[in-house]
Order: sequence, then structure tokens, then C-alpha cells
Amino acid sequence: MRNKLFYPAFIILIMLSACASTPETTLYEKLGGQSGIENIVDNLVQEIGQDEQIFHYFAQARVSRFRENLIEHFCHIADGPCQYTGDSMVDIHTGMQVNEKDFNHLVDLLINAMDRAGIPHRIQNQLLARLAPLRKDIIYL
Amino acid sequence: MRFILLILTLTTANPLFAADGKLIATPGISQIEGAGGGGFVPWAQLAGYGSRDEIAANVFCSTANVDDYELDVCGAQATFYDRVEFSVAKQKFDVEALNLDIKQQIFGVKVRLYGDLVYSRLPQISLGIQHKKLDDPTVAYLLGADDDSGTDVYLAASKLHLGAIAGYNWLWNITARSTEANQTGLLGFGNAQRGNQREIVLEASTAILFGRHLALGVEYRQKPDNLGLKEDDWSNVFVAWFPNKAISVTAAWLDLGEIAGSKDQKGTYFSVTGYF
Repeated sequence: MRNKLFYPAFIILIMLSACASTPETTLYEKLGGQSGIENIVDNLVQEIGQDEQIFHYFAQARVSRFRENLIEHFCHIADGPCQYTGDSMVDIHTGMQVNEKDFNHLVDLLINAMDRAGIPHRIQNQLLARLAPLRKDIIYL
Repeated sequence: MRFILLILTLTTANPLFAADGKLIATPGISQIEGAGGGGFVPWAQLAGYGSRDEIAANVFCSTANVDDYELDVCGAQATFYDRVEFSVAKQKFDVEALNLDIKQQIFGVKVRLYGDLVYSRLPQISLGIQHKKLDDPTVAYLLGADDDSGTDVYLAASKLHLGAIAGYNWLWNITARSTEANQTGLLGFGNAQRGNQREIVLEASTAILFGRHLALGVEYRQKPDNLGLKEDDWSNVFVAWFPNKAISVTAAWLDLGEIAGSKDQKGTYFSVTGYF
């Protein structure tokens, strides 16, 4: 039952996990601060505007208000110097009947937006990790 | 290899893939018995990119070449609303020393019981079965197997941790399988003299996603030894490439240990899955 290949490879993976970066700077700073987040959100608004699958959810929204709220929300969730003053996720999305497919598509658009803003992959994942728990307050309401 | 090229052609020629409701690379690939998973291990994720609002269908072919044996598998999965996955696989195991092929068919069903790989706080949990039947049981019976068909039952837990390892996404899966199969069933099921040999084995996979399109990982699969042929546990190190949500290509280095008297079986694995 001995297996020579598995253990070295496993140890390498464990060692990689030990390289996790120490959080000296906030995620807000890693995202490029206020201007970095504005850049991401502007790209996202543009992505949504050109998207046939999910644009209809936003058709009634006021773009400027959506933009301001989202910037504030990202800033807040990334430990930036902001307080989110918008409505709760549940309140915003109740009645919208956002399904899982469309939610996950929005995540793909957010990744595009971050790619275009030049956010490194590893920083992108950290923002996604903080947003992921919100999904349950958004879909199928 | 012929079939692998066919899948490549199909998926590149057909730009309309139906399901795309999961993050790229997160469903994984197709394991050798047909279920969505890694190469060896069935994972809790259901195969393909279908979300709770979609139906997904996938086709795959894999080939494993070790010193004295070759295993070729082709199969397909259909997944309904990210709740239930049906799979079918045909295996051809080439025993080079005897110049013969052992063929096996596997039908699988997997049900997602709880959670979402990426979004739920706790891991995704699924329960699956794989019913296996040999075309010709001659070799299995010669080696002392009890049966030419058998059913595995498994419980799998998977989780993708976003940005968990130095900012890279980290995936793990653990599967517990109740089985009587000898070398996954290719050498039959149980032991004719000792009767019921069902036992629970553990299987695990873990991978780091370097970017959206590339996963690097390892797998381990515990095996029973019903026939007294020193059946070893299996392991592999793999790299999987997901250029888009229509296709994945995986290469692996295998260590299968001793198989039916042939020691130290090592070699390569190559697999393609097309997602529709």
C-alpha cells in the first residue's frame, strides 16, 4: 500500500499553502484604493450594459446610484475607509428572482472588469472571497 | 487517442455550449469511471457547467499508459439542474503480456445533497453509485474473483476556497467509497473463496488553481486487496488546462503500484472533456 509519488507532491502543496501573504496592507489598498475600485466598477457597469443575459435586471436601475453604491460597498467590504450606506442585499434583490446561472454570470463579468482594470489574479480572488458569502442574500428572492 | 481528437474537433467546431453557470474550471474533469471529478476520484461537484437552472452534457475520453497495461475510457455525463448527474463509461484495459483486452461498462448516478462548491460556507456533499459490469469475466474468475459485476457507493465532499493559498484558489475533495471491486472492477469483484469483501476506502484530491485556466494537483485513491495480489493504492500528479468552458485537457503522471503481479506500474495519463 506504499506510494512514493503522493507524499512529496502533497508536501509541496502544503508548503505552498504556508507562503500565504501576510496582510500588512488592506485589500482596499491592493485593489488600488478609491480610484482602483472606481475603475473596476466602471468596467463592470460597462460589461453589464453590453450583456444580453443579465442587462434586464438592471434596466430599471439608475446607473449613477448603482455605481456609487457599488463603489461604496466594495470599499467597505475590502476594509477601505467607507461605510456602506445603501440598502441591504436582501432588500435590493427581493422580487428580482435572480437565478444561480445569472448570478454566476455576473461574477464572470466582475472578473472581466477586474482583468481590464489590471487587478492581479490573486487580488481578484481575495475580493471574490469576500463577496461570495453574499450570494445567499441575492439569489432566488 | 482517436476519440480524444474527435472531442477536440467537436468542441472547437461547436461554439454553442449550453451550460455556463459555474466559474471556469470549478466542475473539474471526468474520472476513469465516468463521474465528474478528478482523474481517479469522483468529486462532489456534478459534471459540467450547469447551474440550478440548467442542463449540462459532457463527453470525455481518457487514456492511461503504464509499464505493462493501458486503460482507455470514453464516456458521457448528463447533469440536471445541478442536482443529479447520470454517467456512462466504457473501459478497455489492455493487458500487454497476455495480448488481451478486458472491457467493462459503468453506469453512474450522483446526487448533490448539500451546498455549493464555491459559495456555501460548508463543503458541497454528494452521494453517488457506480454499477460496473465486465464484458467477459474469464480473467477475473481465473484470478479468483467472486463476481463479474458490482456496485460502488460513495459519499464525496468538495470545497473551493477562494484566494486561500497565497491568493490562489484551492480545491479539495474527499470521497469515501464502499466497494468490492478489484482494480476498480477490471479484475472482477470480491473473492470467490472469502465471499463478501465489501469495504470502505478513502480517496482524496487537492489542487491549486494558478489563474482561471490552470489547475495543478494530486490525487490519492485507496484500494482494497481482495485477490491477495498486493493491489496497491493509486496516486497521480496532474495538470489540467481549461482554455474555456467548452473543453478541458488534462495530463497526469501516474503511480499505480503493483497490478496483478506486475510491480511498479508508472506512466502517463491524458484526458479530454468536452462540455455542452
